[in-house]
Amino acid sequence: MSSSDSPTNETPHVTFRKVQKTYDGENLIVSDLNLDIRRGEFLTLLGPSGSGKTTCLMMLAGFETPTGGEIMLGGEVINRVPPHKRNIGMVFQNYALFPHMSVRENLRFPLSVRKLSIAEIDSKVARAMDMVQLGAYGDRYPQQLSGGQQQRIALARALVFDPQLVLMDEPLGALDKQLREHMQLEIKHIQQELGITVVFVTHDQSEALTMSDRIAVFDRGVIQQIADPATLYEKPANNFVANFIGENNVLEGMVESVDGDYCQVRLDNGARLLASVGNPVHAGARTVLSVRPESVQLNIQSLGCVNRLGGYVKEIIYLGDHLRVRVELSGRKEIIVKAPAAQHKHRFDTGDAIHVGIIPEQLRALNPVIGA
Amino acid sequence: MMNPSTAMAKAKSSTNAGSLKGQLRRAERMKRLKYGALILPLVVFLLLTFVWPIAALLERSIENPEIVDAFPATSALLRSWDGRSLPDDSVFAAFADEAGRIKGTPLFASAAKRLNMELPGFRTLMMRTARALPVEAGTSARTALVAADERWDEPSTWQYLARNASRYTARYLLASVDRKYDDRGEIVRAGDDEAIYVAVFRRTFGMSAIVTVCCLLLGFPLAYLMATQPTKIANVLLIFVLLPFWTSILVRVAAWIVLLQSEGLVNQALMHLGITAHPLQLVFNSTGVYIAMVHILLPFMILPLYSVMKGISPTYMRAALSLGCPPFRSFWRVYFPQALPGVGAGCLLVFILCMGYYITPALLGGPKEQMASYFVAFYTNQTINWGMAAALSAILFVATLLLYMIYSRLVGHQDLAATAR
Repeated sequence: MSSSDSPTNETPHVTFRKVQKTYDGENLIVSDLNLDIRRGEFLTLLGPSGSGKTTCLMMLAGFETPTGGEIMLGGEVINRVPPHKRNIGMVFQNYALFPHMSVRENLRFPLSVRKLSIAEIDSKVARAMDMVQLGAYGDRYPQQLSGGQQQRIALARALVFDPQLVLMDEPLGALDKQLREHMQLEIKHIQQELGITVVFVTHDQSEALTMSDRIAVFDRGVIQQIADPATLYEKPANNFVANFIGENNVLEGMVESVDGDYCQVRLDNGARLLASVGNPVHAGARTVLSVRPESVQLNIQSLGCVNRLGGYVKEIIYLGDHLRVRVELSGRKEIIVKAPAAQHKHRFDTGDAIHVGIIPEQLRALNPVIGA
Repeated sequence: MMNPSTAMAKAKSSTNAGSLKGQLRRAERMKRLKYGALILPLVVFLLLTFVWPIAALLERSIENPEIVDAFPATSALLRSWDGRSLPDDSVFAAFADEAGRIKGTPLFASAAKRLNMELPGFRTLMMRTARALPVEAGTSARTALVAADERWDEPSTWQYLARNASRYTARYLLASVDRKYDDRGEIVRAGDDEAIYVAVFRRTFGMSAIVTVCCLLLGFPLAYLMATQPTKIANVLLIFVLLPFWTSILVRVAAWIVLLQSEGLVNQALMHLGITAHPLQLVFNSTGVYIAMVHILLPFMILPLYSVMKGISPTYMRAALSLGCPPFRSFWRVYFPQALPGVGAGCLLVFILCMGYYITPALLGGPKEQMASYFVAFYTNQTINWGMAAALSAILFVATLLLYMIYSRLVGHQDLAATAR
């Protein structure tokens, strides 16, 4: 899967070339991975558990060895470089702060290993602690800090020895929602300020969308799509990405004709729809049409749409700013519609007949097989 | 400025505080009683089978009842005696009276035996005296006693009685550390023929230390392996570690004798491989004792190590490596300090068990490998000298307590610092 962004002349910071990894000699956890990570970018590896994203991170960190292919850092192959010589900062899922050392000792650790002078160590440690706004906590032990504070110290420790590349393995997973959202922005700001490259692993798509310059969506050891958040959401490359990022309605059918960027699709319930071509399709092939819930128009708003369908309201859930409406189309096919509450409140009720409309640009015909 | 309503709430809560605390206490008391009732059988069991016997045994190490029980009046008089000149006639009279009354009873016999321990030959003296008692009317007690045995005319004979005229004595404890009272009642070093216990304790601690170090060196890598393997493999290894527990210790020791003797499997194998031309002496010396003790005590090292190591996430090592620390240094600076409570617990356990070991050195060692517990058994089973047996045990007991205190100071404190909540 090629990147949709324009190539740069600069050599990539990290390159995966045909990297493979298997644990049992039978199943590939990562198969034929090609990935360029640019200097200074925030790249997120996103995918369900077992999709190979963490394995990729561990291979980059040096804790797992690729069974095939090569990994390059700054143009040099690092397959055989042991982890402690890679100079890559890493933030772990459960922080991995050393419990027998105080916060300050934890931060001094990577510097004393590098045999820096005492004065230099002290100034760097102080700077790192100020950066995460925990300057007063040097003498505490990790267990005496809250989850968010431990997380920040872990971040400071991964940055204190000035690595150019920092890896983060679901670092926010253990925090509550509010703190997590706060930390997402804080990490993003620190990354931009320092100009470092960050490779971030998560299974939380909203986290990925919030923080990333680019997101690589993994499934079953293969990158399904790598793109910036907007492209990923608006133009998912395949059915898996469409389903994994954000909410998605799927309508199955057969391609009747293709005309440039558009195609005519006959749904299984008989309705004919005009859709934009997402994956290359040809007449007579099965396809799935993908549409986001907020792109479906109801009643009056649907009047201008090329594709209009009739259905019944099965359920309405009021969510403050919007309504979630479950609509049953003919053929017992259900779709979810997100409608602005202000426009639609009290206009229809459960059981009412309703019109839905979708413009072709927001209805994408994709390959039915997950994983193109 | 406090507004009126909060002020009122405060006042109200302070008047209620007493009854609230009372309620809490009542609620807690019920709970405590319930838990207390549940563990009561265990507490009683432990008191009867553990605490009380130990206390009784410790008392034996300072108890000295024989003379006081047999001759209460004489003892009372002797306690105020100056100890240099002969005691006055009242002492002679009291002794002749009491000895005459109890002669032939077990009370008299045990007093004689007790005195014989102080001075060989005292039993004969007592028996001879008994035959001359009671004193015929008209003769003084002194004349009669000196007539029975002229040693009653010497102050030193009476000193043996006087020295044991109190119910408690440090004599056994002193003997356990090669000290004794001299004729003037001062503590001096025991003669070379008696002074063996310091050497025995030194040997006991030395052998325990060597066994502990061997167990640590052998057990640590295995515990580490078990802690880092997947559960399935770790469980298999654990079964192998526990396997020896399912065999009687006596059987294992006997098996070692078979294996290690001159014509045993080990020697045959060594000779067959050409490593040695003559059979090595592997048993009935320190080699045999060390081999068997390390084998028997290894699980006690591995289990605490394993349980602590299993709780150390492998991420710590990865974190240390990712921070640029080479593998061995990462292990030493990050992993090992976290495993320290396990090392401490394992070493303590092995060392304490080792100090009290009896059967293994008794069967596999020569005379030079006998540890303190051998002498405890010797005094208990062969000479029936409860005092010495108890005193030697008391020293082992105190050493164990000291070790435990040092351990909880070192490891407990560090643990506390690391996990201070």
